[in-house]
Amino acid sequence: MISEKRTKIEKSKKRSEQIAFGIFRAMSILVVGILFFILGFIVVKGISVISWDFITKMPEDGMTKGGIYPAIIGTFCLIGGSILFSFPIGVMSGIYINEYATNGKLVRFIRLMTNNLAGIPSIVFGLFGMSLFVNTLGFGDSIIAGSLTLGLMTLPVVIRTTEEALKSVDNSFRHGSYALGASKLQTIRRVTLPIAYPNIITGLILSIGRVSGETAPILFTVAAYFLPKLPHSIFDQVMALPYHLYVLATSGTNIEESRPMAYGTALVLIMIVLILNLLANALRRYFSKKVKMN
Amino acid sequence: MPKPFYKKLFEKIIEGILALSGSITSLAVLLIVIFLFKEGLGLFNRSPISEGYVLAVNKSNPISKIDANLVKQIFDQEITNWEKVGGKKDSIILFHLDDINSIYTEAQIGENLENLPTCISNVVDSIGGIVAFVPKSYIKSDFKGKVIEPVNITPKEFLLGKEWYPTAEPSAQMGILPILLGTLWVSLGAILLSLPLGLAVAIYMAEIANARVRNIFKPIIELLAGIPSVIYGFFGLVVIVPLIQTVFNLPVGETALAGSIILAIMALPTIITIAEDSLRTTPRSMKEASLALGASRWQTIYRIVIPYSISGITAAAILGIGRAIGETMAVLMVTGNAAVMPHSFLEPVRTIPATIAAELGESPKDGLHYQALFILGSILFIMTLIINLTVEYISSRNKLGKR
Repeated sequence: MISEKRTKIEKSKKRSEQIAFGIFRAMSILVVGILFFILGFIVVKGISVISWDFITKMPEDGMTKGGIYPAIIGTFCLIGGSILFSFPIGVMSGIYINEYATNGKLVRFIRLMTNNLAGIPSIVFGLFGMSLFVNTLGFGDSIIAGSLTLGLMTLPVVIRTTEEALKSVDNSFRHGSYALGASKLQTIRRVTLPIAYPNIITGLILSIGRVSGETAPILFTVAAYFLPKLPHSIFDQVMALPYHLYVLATSGTNIEESRPMAYGTALVLIMIVLILNLLANALRRYFSKKVKMN
Repeated sequence: MPKPFYKKLFEKIIEGILALSGSITSLAVLLIVIFLFKEGLGLFNRSPISEGYVLAVNKSNPISKIDANLVKQIFDQEITNWEKVGGKKDSIILFHLDDINSIYTEAQIGENLENLPTCISNVVDSIGGIVAFVPKSYIKSDFKGKVIEPVNITPKEFLLGKEWYPTAEPSAQMGILPILLGTLWVSLGAILLSLPLGLAVAIYMAEIANARVRNIFKPIIELLAGIPSVIYGFFGLVVIVPLIQTVFNLPVGETALAGSIILAIMALPTIITIAEDSLRTTPRSMKEASLALGASRWQTIYRIVIPYSISGITAAAILGIGRAIGETMAVLMVTGNAAVMPHSFLEPVRTIPATIAAELGESPKDGLHYQALFILGSILFIMTLIINLTVEYISSRNKLGKR
């Protein structure tokens, strides 16, 4: 009797587990499915639009024909500009937090502020960039205003990855260096940073991915609706891929006819992000193997 | 061997520079606060009447102050008697500058409009129930009517007003309640959709899947986080919006529901990552104890693992809401952007970020509208700050408790 009851309980236990796990598995597959559906949809719709001309020509006929060359160049300008700002400052900031700051309260405060900065919505960065860089400092709608805004936004990513990278460096390396008579700065420059570099570079790549796709911060700081020429200085406006996609999708002169262009632009943008992500992943894997081998 | 002096100095200088960079994020947050409020706060000392214009009434009219909403109702002819505004019993007669042509001939007004101020003055003086909306420059010192003072925009009116017509004439309507509600509405909808899904994936990855499956999932979820919001918006616009339109048989597919679905997808990576991390903090000994007592893996998960990491899951949900509240482009593209009080998920709504993104480009610098948008930005900033601090508090308490 008792054993029969027990097997019954065991059975129902097993069944509820199977059902629950089945649901979880199904939902996980659904999430992966969503991603592949979005990617697949953009690729299928956009692949026929992509051609050499599409990538190297100016937009024509109210953006329904031609290419997206100026938007690609504009996006690369913004990536370059923002990295020039956020990378050095972010890495230095990470070094300070992990290697120099000894006051626990101060470190906690800096981390809190970094987290807060990371949580601020991108449109608020847009407002801030417009108020400070465009109006107060008088840069106008320009590459420099947009780059600084984007750079500020990616700063937390760079700081955090630098911090993590430095934290993962074993203390024995530092102690060994000190024991040889090296100063703190020498230790950081010659020992800690070289070991941490691969991880820092990974963070850098991920932040480039973020910069290339952000729209809200550049709306009022740099992005041009239609500007079929290349920038000559950092005080020029540029077109940018994400904003160009937004314009093509919602407010172009002829939305129906510019739909193919929109699919093509979306595909180019997604390719950039995808390649950067894969690159970061591959680097991470490559370096972690190398460290293990050493 | 003592180090040379200049070398020490050099190290100190470098340390100073590093310390400066260390403070950059704090500085940035501070600057953002200062600049947002600097641009926006002027709003509350200004009259809502269109710039350069005044409202004038007859001298005998006892009204001397009037608020923005009443002005709108009067000029929309929803209120037609002064009695309702607190004046005498007299019907309201609207007067715009163009109406002057039906009273005076061109010759009387003068070729260069030199007699216009006198004409306006006479009209306002002769009609008892008149309210005139005229440019300030035509009100001279010998004006025979009375200029009424509109009540300045108050924070209370701004927050609780139900109408958002920031460029309306004669008086802008600056009520952000529909926008606030729209934001909350869309974000809550998103979290309701994505929390169960995200939690399920997190549990699957933390407790059920083997290492190989996990190694495939992790990069995929990272990639989901890396896709630009404008791509999600575009996808929503061409796939989800038409789908909702056909499924629910609606006139337009751009609805709160479309926004919630897209935001739910976008919030997934945040929720999954944080929830998974917190599920993983469950001590192995607790799980093993449960299994040793004869509990199944599933029983262990929902009796031990989930209760143990509930605060981390809460943090994940809150951060997910934070992501949804601040998201701009995707929402802008799929929610239809109608600034009306939301009644159902199948109607267009408008959120704070979408309002800023859509309207800032058209609002003249330092105008009423411009300032109102910066105040909206400040409110958004405060909302996300509260969310971040809450999460920060939950996770710090967690660390203390578990140590």
